[in-house]
Amino acid sequence: MAVRVSTDPFDPGAETNAFLAAGQGAGAAVTFTGVVRSRPDDPITALTLECYPELAINQLASIVEQATSRFGLLAATVIHRYGTLAPGEPIVQVMTLSPHREAAFKGAEFLMDYLKTGAPFWKQETGPNGTHWVEAKAEDDVAKARWE
Amino acid sequence: MKILYFAWLCERLNRGEEEVSPPASVVTIADLIDWLAGKDEAFALAVEKRSLIKAAVDAKLVTHGTPIAGARVVALFPPMTGG
Repeated sequence: MAVRVSTDPFDPGAETNAFLAAGQGAGAAVTFTGVVRSRPDDPITALTLECYPELAINQLASIVEQATSRFGLLAATVIHRYGTLAPGEPIVQVMTLSPHREAAFKGAEFLMDYLKTGAPFWKQETGPNGTHWVEAKAEDDVAKARWE
Repeated sequence: MKILYFAWLCERLNRGEEEVSPPASVVTIADLIDWLAGKDEAFALAVEKRSLIKAAVDAKLVTHGTPIAGARVVALFPPMTGG
């Protein structure tokens, strides 16, 4: 089980390969990568994530622990960046390992749903109309609530 | 005790942290928010919607009812928007 919070960029492919290599023979691995979105109808030039690192590490470790015991995961990793990112750059990656695919998929979804509202990161978007804080979305609370 | 502020709360207060010495009557996070609001109009305005203010004590997430006795660092911040 591993948690990493950093301003440094990460390589999603290299992280996935290292995770797979460490879990040789497990059966099923799921990787989810969240990247900075910029759509033609809602373009952004930068996404800045503020973070409270000490709390982020505690919260992510607790979320990983919950996912591991709930879904019987063999391993789980969360990598989360903060600082200023450009469209297309990876923000977050969760990776889960289990004997069968169902637990690996569910574990990865659980991790994402919990960290969206439970890890201390705050997004600020910069676009043609200036900079604004991204508001918390009710759908993220709903996504988390379905596991309760 | 040290108080940390994040995201738009930090921006609206124009400070990321401060040292405070609340009186003994300030027992919980809710009391602390009320006490800070009583001292500072900008703070009172920023925390008007109390449900939008989340808190941590010594890097552990807590609720507004959590006691702050012995806390070294209290953090106050808006709802989290990670991922």
